[in-house]
This record gives sequence, C-alpha cells and structure tokens, in this order.
Amino acid sequence: MALSQAEVLSGLAEIVNEETGIAADAVQLDKSFTDDLDIDSISMMTIVVNAEDKFGVKIPQTKKLRT
Amino acid sequence: MPRKIVVTGIGATTPLGGDAQSTWRALLAGESGISTLEQDWIATYEVPVTFAGQAKVPATEALTPQEAKRLDPSSQFALVAAREAWADAGSPEVEPERLAVEFATGIGGVWTLLDAYDTLKEKGPRRVLPMTIPMLMPNGPAAAVGMDIAARGGVRTAVSACASSTEAIANAYDRLQTGEVDVVVAGGCEAGIHPLPLAAFAAMHALSKRNDEPARASRPYDVNRDGFVMGEGGAALVLETEEHAIARGAKIYAELIGGAVTSDAHHITAPDPEGTGAARAVIAALKHSNVDLADVVHINAHATSTPVGDIAEYTALRRVFGDHLDKIAISATKSSTGHLLGGAGAIEAIFTVLALHERTAPPTINLDDQDPAIPLDVVTSPRKLEGDSIVAISNSFGFGGHNAVIAFRSTN
Repeated sequence: MALSQAEVLSGLAEIVNEETGIAADAVQLDKSFTDDLDIDSISMMTIVVNAEDKFGVKIPQTKKLRT
Repeated sequence: MPRKIVVTGIGATTPLGGDAQSTWRALLAGESGISTLEQDWIATYEVPVTFAGQAKVPATEALTPQEAKRLDPSSQFALVAAREAWADAGSPEVEPERLAVEFATGIGGVWTLLDAYDTLKEKGPRRVLPMTIPMLMPNGPAAAVGMDIAARGGVRTAVSACASSTEAIANAYDRLQTGEVDVVVAGGCEAGIHPLPLAAFAAMHALSKRNDEPARASRPYDVNRDGFVMGEGGAALVLETEEHAIARGAKIYAELIGGAVTSDAHHITAPDPEGTGAARAVIAALKHSNVDLADVVHINAHATSTPVGDIAEYTALRRVFGDHLDKIAISATKSSTGHLLGGAGAIEAIFTVLALHERTAPPTINLDDQDPAIPLDVVTSPRKLEGDSIVAISNSFGFGGHNAVIAFRSTN
C-alpha cells in the first residue's frame, strides 16, 4: 500500500525526533537534514537505517538526502 | 617529595543506590543490592544463575533519551557517576588541557556488541546501526566522560578485568604526579548482567549458585561461600593536586597517597596462592608516601566470595602486614554490592574514602560462619576508626594476574 507524502513526512519526523530530539514539526519538506536541522553524519546514517526499516525501502548511500 | 593528591568529588550508581551518598548509607545499614532477575532471557537461555546486583536506579532516568540511545549501558553508568562526582567537586574551573580522564571497564559494551550481532543475523548488515562501534569500544565510557567535561589532557582506559578501575585510579595518581594535569576524573563501570557473561562466568564456576537466597549469596570469608555475584553500575572520583584544590577552596574528602600495579604471571584466572604479586602491590602503593605499615587501620578487601580468591588475598595481606594485620578493620563490601567487575575498584575506592572521611568502616554482611583459614578482623557492623592521621587501602585483583592497590590517608 502506497503511503501519502504526509504519512512519509510524519513517519520520518518521528524517526528524526527519536534519534536527535529535534521537534517533529521542524522536519519539513523544504528543510535539509544536515544544513537546516544540523544532524550529524552518524545520526543521519541511523535515520537512514531506521527509515529503511520503517518504510521497507532501500535508500541509496550516495543520494543527497533532503526532507 | 611526591605531590599531594586529594579527592574532591565522588559519584556512583550501584545496586545499593542511584548516587554515592545513598549507596554509602545503604551499605552502612547492612543492605544487600542483590535480587532475583526477572528478565525473560533467564528462562529463554536457561541461565544457571538467576540473580545479580542490578543498578537500583536505571541510568536512563538521569540521561536524555538521545544520550541513552548513543551510549552502551556501561557508558551510561559512567556518565551518571562522573556527572555526580563533577558536581560534587563544585564543577571545578580547570584548563581543559590540564584536565584528564582515567575511566575503566572490565568487559566494555557487551550489550551493544551482542544486540548488533542479533541484528546482523536477523536483519542483515544494512540494519546494523552506525553507532555500534563507538558504543561497544572499551574506551567508550572514558570518551563519553571526557567529552562531557571537556577534558583535553588525555582520556585513557585501563582494562585489567576486575582490577580495572583500581588501576585507573593508580594511573590517575601517576598522571597527577607528572605535573602535566591538575585534575583527573577517575573511575570505572560495568554493565555485564547479560545472559552471555552470566553463562560464561557460570561455566567457569566463578559465580555463586545460591539462586534461592540471592541476598545471602555474596558472603566473603564465610565457610559456605560458593562464588561471586555479578553487579553493575559505575563510580567516579575527582582527583586533583592539593595545591589546585586549596586554591579553589574545594572540600577535601581524603588524600590519595599512592597506587600501584603488579602482575602475577602465574595463571590466566587463578590467583597466585602465595600472594607475592598482590603483596608487592600493597607495599608499592604505600611506598609512594613513606607510610608506615602500622598506620594502616582499614582495608577494603577485594574479597569476591570465591573459595580460592578470598584465601589468596588473606595470604598476601599476612605476608605484608604480619601481626599488624590483626589490628586492621577489614571490610568486604562486595557482600552488599555484588561484584561490579570493572566498576568494583572505583566504588570500593569511594567506600574507602568515606570510611576515612567519616571514620567509620562499613560492614560485611552474610558472614555467619567465618572460615577458620582466614582469621581476619572482619567488620560486621559499622565500626569507628580511631587515630589521628589514619591510612586505608583498597585492593583489586583481576583475571590475567592483575593486582592493583590504592592507598588513602585521612585529611580531617
């Protein structure tokens, strides 16, 4: 079943909040994980692993990640 | 003349309490921190030993969720204990380059390592979290403490099994003597109450199997002792030169007058029955400050409650002190706390410091029938320590033939 963009965003926001403590509503479509939210590389990798787990997808390691 | 080194802060989280003072009060009250384990894995793996000394207050209660997530339980204990010790010392203002950390562990991040292995087997390598290595590495606790207090004078980890954190304090003494640093946060931690270490220690018959009476299982010097009891937690001391402590008006608990490390080269797990290596460590620890053996009034013994180990330590002490040993008040505090492995030396150092500071030797519980082969004056209820300037030592010995001894002198 395909998830809506809003469902993916809120799922990601939950993962980000759990890993970093950043408020879920700060995670927005036009924000960068690293530039705007100041998430470090190790947290970023943890978020990727958890997102892959949650959404059942594979996120290529080279892709520039943005919310 | 060596520099005078003093203790200005203490912190601990143990099976007896979530901080140093509540741990000490529970110890004086003769409480046991040992209880039956209720975790599901006890039944799952049919672990033959079903009890241990679990931390009275979970470390996660004192940490943010993000801190807890990034730290192995061993490092969590380290950080909680070190923060308490640092605050207790008045959060000293010290140049970061002149502040160091000596923080030990016996096993390291065993929970992290084995959880990650489960993840690898069940979900594959892509699911192994990137923080796995920094969480499992044995220097993780020292690094976490060092980052927290911004120590840039060196962060080191002594690893010598159950002697680890006494060795860390001995190393801190040496470091302060060089004049390179003014303050060292020293301590140790362990979070080994996991089915694998329990099964492995049980396999070598090192653990007590008194499953039906957990609070009575750790019984150093008793004829019916049958092994040690695993404990968990962390403990930390702030050590600094007396000059630095006085200049900032710090309260002083006691003086650290020496520390020493020797090795047996005898057997990988058994202590040298002659106790010569342990005896050399005691003498070397006291030699730093030219203390007379007769000044020693109290010993916090290693005394893990194993049949062989308790006797070997007694032999070593008799070798050093001769007849004076009969006048020394001996406390075997693992009877209450269990054995914190890499954290044991640090919590026992705190007990030794507080015994001098409050002039009270803490009790040894569960000593119903003292082994006639170990004729020591064992303290079984809190005992006043007499004398003007009094000295106490704390012993720790570890698998690998490691002997570590530290010595303290009263200052009040």
